[in-house]
Amino acid sequence: MSSVQIRDVRKSFGNFEVLHGVTVPIEDGQFVVLVGPSGCGKSTLLRMLAGLENITSGTISIGDRVVNNVQPKERDIAMVFQNYALYPHMTVADNMGFSLKLRNASADEINKRVKRAAEILALAPLLDRYPRQLSGGQRQRVAMGRAIVRDPQVFLFDEPLSNLDAKLRVAMRTEIKELHQRLKTTTVYVTHDQIEAMTMADKIVVMHDGIVEQMGTPLELYDKPDNQFVAGFIGSPAMNFLKGHVRVNGVATFEGPNGVKLPLKTAPAASDGRPAVYGVRPEHFTIADDGAEAEIIVVEPTGSETQVFAKIGGEQVVAVFRERHQFNPGDKIRLKPDPSLVHLFDEATGKRLNA
Amino acid sequence: MADVAIPRAKPSMSEGGAWTQLKHNRNWLGFWFMVPAMAFLIFFLAYPLGLGIWLSFTDTRIGRVGHFVGTENYEWLWDDSIFWLSVFNTLLYTFVASALKFAIGLYLALLLNENMPFKAMLRAMVLIPFIVPTVLSALAFWWIFDSQFSIISWSLKHLGVINQNINFLGDTTWARICVIFANIWRGVPFVAITLLAGLQTVSPSLYEAATLDGATRWQNFRYITYPLLTPIIAVVMTFSVLFTFTDFQLIWAMTRGGPVNATHLMATLSYQRAIIAGQLGEGAAISSAMIPFLLAAIMVSWFGLQRRKWQQGENND
Repeated sequence: MSSVQIRDVRKSFGNFEVLHGVTVPIEDGQFVVLVGPSGCGKSTLLRMLAGLENITSGTISIGDRVVNNVQPKERDIAMVFQNYALYPHMTVADNMGFSLKLRNASADEINKRVKRAAEILALAPLLDRYPRQLSGGQRQRVAMGRAIVRDPQVFLFDEPLSNLDAKLRVAMRTEIKELHQRLKTTTVYVTHDQIEAMTMADKIVVMHDGIVEQMGTPLELYDKPDNQFVAGFIGSPAMNFLKGHVRVNGVATFEGPNGVKLPLKTAPAASDGRPAVYGVRPEHFTIADDGAEAEIIVVEPTGSETQVFAKIGGEQVVAVFRERHQFNPGDKIRLKPDPSLVHLFDEATGKRLNA
Repeated sequence: MADVAIPRAKPSMSEGGAWTQLKHNRNWLGFWFMVPAMAFLIFFLAYPLGLGIWLSFTDTRIGRVGHFVGTENYEWLWDDSIFWLSVFNTLLYTFVASALKFAIGLYLALLLNENMPFKAMLRAMVLIPFIVPTVLSALAFWWIFDSQFSIISWSLKHLGVINQNINFLGDTTWARICVIFANIWRGVPFVAITLLAGLQTVSPSLYEAATLDGATRWQNFRYITYPLLTPIIAVVMTFSVLFTFTDFQLIWAMTRGGPVNATHLMATLSYQRAIIAGQLGEGAAISSAMIPFLLAAIMVSWFGLQRRKWQQGENND
């Protein structure tokens, strides 16, 4: 186990810079998830950490050793690939023992460590099979087994669940998290799925267009997004954004589209008339008489909750209710955001305005 | 065609006219579609092969119908030292040329699979020997290896390495080396391009995984590339061996089997005896004698190198 320091790392392909100075400190034993839309540079960063891509500038250290010029095999890391990259011509046992074989470990040693990893992952009955004979979830576990056998300083996961079906993905998510709790190996995990990030991470790093937008614990990012991008990326259904102006005359309010009045707890200093974006999560709406008038468009019950799509001042928003209301499309309701839970962002820069 | 055939098939059953049946019955329709391919195979493969084997049991000569003579031709060949020399030559030629074609072809394929400038152009260039008609390239080699005008002799003389021309095609050892060289030159592109195609089916992430597992470049080749390539190697080398074993054009254009039969292959000897000397029966017997060797080569690839266990299906999904 080891800490990992990524300091001001840049990456260019030719003249095209894809990472613009990324700094991510990772503590020993932490489970860090790099999340962002495709093309944000998260996979490139992971591959640089693995040593599969060169570092254009900046440094990456594992433990207290700068690894910029260290060969991948000497970095003491193990990686799980998106397509698993299992060797098709080797049995499960050979796949898992390959790295040990290359290091000239004795047959006994290989056997012992493969067996141990197979027990951890419930792969023992499959050791003599070939990858073709395994299901997707089993292949995924073999790929993890290959990483575990090496007992590395750091685990790297590159979108490991994206080839699985939805149900299996949820199961494997738990399995990986449980595995981390057991082994406590520093883990860097790349995904584009914010739910995976939220559920698994000790620390989430939200990336966008080659920069780090924000990092923190899942709930920090959820409760206090630094900017509109993070606010919109984290959480499902996504946060509602309404454009308008801050009004301060006695009480702070927000004047939304078509003059709709929305409550604010406090207004940022000297902000009367300032154009801003009002953010409210779907689950922070309540039905109240002093709420903003909304016309229901679509109602989507999921059983545990109901998603209501409605129009406030002509703009579509989504609200989520755990209680069961009898709503029909066309109904007029009054939606009131919880003023202590709303977010205010600068319209031009997207930066968070309220504390 | 199928949607036309289905509605018509039913009434034709009830009408039962033989001609209508032949025209509209779905089974017959399938047969008609197969006829061109079958005719092609029968007239150009099965018939000549059968005829060749039949001729080898007769004393047919050009211009004279032969009689069945049993295995007499084969008995003659058994005691014919030139025939056995041609068998030896063919085996030597096939073995040396195929081995070197494999080694060079694999090397070229690995080289062309790397990222390098002008990759597409280099790949196209490798194919050139394969595109040039065999006889043309044989003539070119004939000149290159000419006893008087050889460019190799000329160059070496001017470099002061040798004093007099090398008698490339006049010396038995040199002649064998020359024809094998020409065959390799011609056969390498086929091996290289096919293996290159095989290399490109290997997922790059396997190499990345192996690199992270600690594999050196050689270990990458030894444990990943080579095992994943074996099915294609088996196919390519089977074809390569068959083509080389039955080679005729190169030899005939360069040496006609000489000097002193040192480069006579079974195919050229067969041609010489059957067409030049007119002994069709004996020539056919030499040709037919190639069949066991070819079958053996196919068997080796079929049983020895057939689909590996890891390639077999059995998905449990």
